[in-house]
Amino acid sequence: MTRTRRPGISRRTTLALMGTGAVTFATPWVARAQAKTIKIGMPTILSGRVAQLGTSSRNAVMLEADKVNAAGGLAGRQIEMVIRDSKGQPQEAARVARELVNTDGCELLIDAEASSGAFAVHEVARDLGVFCIHTNSETSALTADPKQHIPNAFRTARVGVHDSIVGGSYAAAIAKTKGLKKWATCSPDYAYGRDTTGEFTLYLKRFAPDVEIISESWPKLFQPDYTEVVTKILQAKPQALYSCLWGGDLTSYIDQANIYAMFGQMEVFAVNMADYTALTVVKNLPKGIHSGNRYIKTFPATPENAAWGDAYKAKYNEYPTNWSWENATAIMLLAEASKKADSADGKKIADVMRGLTIKCPFGADGTVTMRAEDQTLIGYAIGWGTTIAQEPYVPDVHAGDWKTILELEAEWKKSKGYA
Amino acid sequence: MDLDALAGCFVSPACLVTQTTSGLIIGMLLFLVAVGLTLIFGVLKVVNFTHGAFYMFGAYFAMTTYQFTGSFALAMLCGAAGTAILGIIFERVFMSRVYGSDVLMQLLVCYAFVLIFDDVVRMIWGPEFRSMGMPTAFQVAPLFIAGGVVPPYYLLLIGVALAAAIVLGVGLTRTRIGKVVRAAAHNPGMVSALGINTGLIYGGVFALGGMLAGLAGALAAPVRSLTPGMGFSVLIESFIVTVIGGMGSILGALIGALLIGLIRSFGSLGFPLFTEGLMYLFMVIVLVSRPAGLFGKEVA
Repeated sequence: MTRTRRPGISRRTTLALMGTGAVTFATPWVARAQAKTIKIGMPTILSGRVAQLGTSSRNAVMLEADKVNAAGGLAGRQIEMVIRDSKGQPQEAARVARELVNTDGCELLIDAEASSGAFAVHEVARDLGVFCIHTNSETSALTADPKQHIPNAFRTARVGVHDSIVGGSYAAAIAKTKGLKKWATCSPDYAYGRDTTGEFTLYLKRFAPDVEIISESWPKLFQPDYTEVVTKILQAKPQALYSCLWGGDLTSYIDQANIYAMFGQMEVFAVNMADYTALTVVKNLPKGIHSGNRYIKTFPATPENAAWGDAYKAKYNEYPTNWSWENATAIMLLAEASKKADSADGKKIADVMRGLTIKCPFGADGTVTMRAEDQTLIGYAIGWGTTIAQEPYVPDVHAGDWKTILELEAEWKKSKGYA
Repeated sequence: MDLDALAGCFVSPACLVTQTTSGLIIGMLLFLVAVGLTLIFGVLKVVNFTHGAFYMFGAYFAMTTYQFTGSFALAMLCGAAGTAILGIIFERVFMSRVYGSDVLMQLLVCYAFVLIFDDVVRMIWGPEFRSMGMPTAFQVAPLFIAGGVVPPYYLLLIGVALAAAIVLGVGLTRTRIGKVVRAAAHNPGMVSALGINTGLIYGGVFALGGMLAGLAGALAAPVRSLTPGMGFSVLIESFIVTVIGGMGSILGALIGALLIGLIRSFGSLGFPLFTEGLMYLFMVIVLVSRPAGLFGKEVA
């Protein structure tokens, strides 16, 4: 009897291939376990209209990572940042995030994307189970909505609803004093713009029930020309305008609205104005725009905050941005959690980070807390004031009260079915 | 949809003036970019995807000149002249090598240079957005015409674009050079046989197209933030304009740009959530009823 060889791959070859494959694919994991450095992947926007914010995120992370490394690293492992450009495109952000983990061997992720990309990276974190901190997305639903909740994802970015509560109460006080009843809104047409504007008007009307929104404009994100938006607002003749445009979009909008003398015709509340990115770029900054604090070194008015802002400027020859402090806080939290867990393992860090309070120059009382229930940051300095064209840009910031913020946020969560 | 606001605007002189001038501003700036695109296509038969980059360079050249000299006129001149020089170099060194090639090859070359030009801007001026600022002469109160608001700077912008349209129209139809350019567009072989240097004509047309886009960028610089890649969105709208007006038609580019401007301006009142969609819808309607565009010539 003769044995005939079956066509195709034999069992022995299959086993050999599987073995080779296992070794090949396992190598990075084995290498990771033995590595003395820990790679942290960071997709962010390094090109296009908001590149400055992405660059400022990278700068802040590097500033803090250098400090952590000088102090011995994360549980003895030196941090190696692997930072990639997503070009502000959600699909690219997701691809880069996946590649950072699967190909580059990153064990932790810092998602320094705007909201448009953060939700995409969040799904990657959900899929891969990798530890992830969202540092720039302020869309409330990212952490408030239980459907988005995953145990391995945290957020150190400010939250839209917090800003809206403080902004709504601040704006309502001015609306009552000055009799501003007719309001218009103009915000970018994506998750952050829609959510934040909705939340701001919710609290504005709550604190000043007479207010009426008579016009809404939703320009595209990164739209080059706002002429039709500006003239539409002028036609509506509101007494006040709210906008959460940001970065280059906000400066373009101000330049274009300026030549229609719009700022003299209404009170303007632009939550993202008081950031050095916008304040230093706009050549003809109108007086008296109301803004939330983004990052300014004079609020909170503490030596620690001023020192941090100066150290950043000394190293990078420019002032930090809102995204800078949010990213710096992520590294500060990581370092403290890793120290407490005595490990650089993502799962162990996550367990310690829930509910962790750390000393922080950006805290309203000198500390910030990673709230356990939704894994988002609370206790950071938050306030509103009016801008001037030179330093300190926002001379008098009215600080928000965290007790009120948390009470109203809890109500808001219930109303949205999140709690 | 807010048809009441739209109807209300048509019976209010103030609103009509503001929205019409708003439409003209958007349209005329778009015209300057689109006319270069359509001119290059009409004569060179190349769809120049790098055209948005010339708009970007024009804006950056103008901003830099303004920063160093403080002269707005010189800034505009440098924006336009700089991109014209860049255009002729780019055409002679690179684009002239792909004339007659497969469209895909032309697209690839153009796309490669879109990325290269963006990176060049990033290396020279940095990745962050920049602002030129409004020249002091134009930091004045807007004019009120029949109650409508018209900024003086935008009047200048409309005037410059209109002058460019007239000079271009007259130049192409009434001058000898214009006739040679039109002849080269129809039959380059015959023009060459007559002893005329077609390479020079092609280079000149490309430079003119680049100059117009650069001028648009320079005019936009005081009111728009400058960033690497800023030419892309303008390029998309310019394509819509050329498709609506008819590829290769200068009058078509003018009418198409004005229509898009007015659609955006009045559409933002009546269809605030569908203003972008209106533009594309209008393009579809034109393409279905007149596949070659409003002023394009049907290919037999």
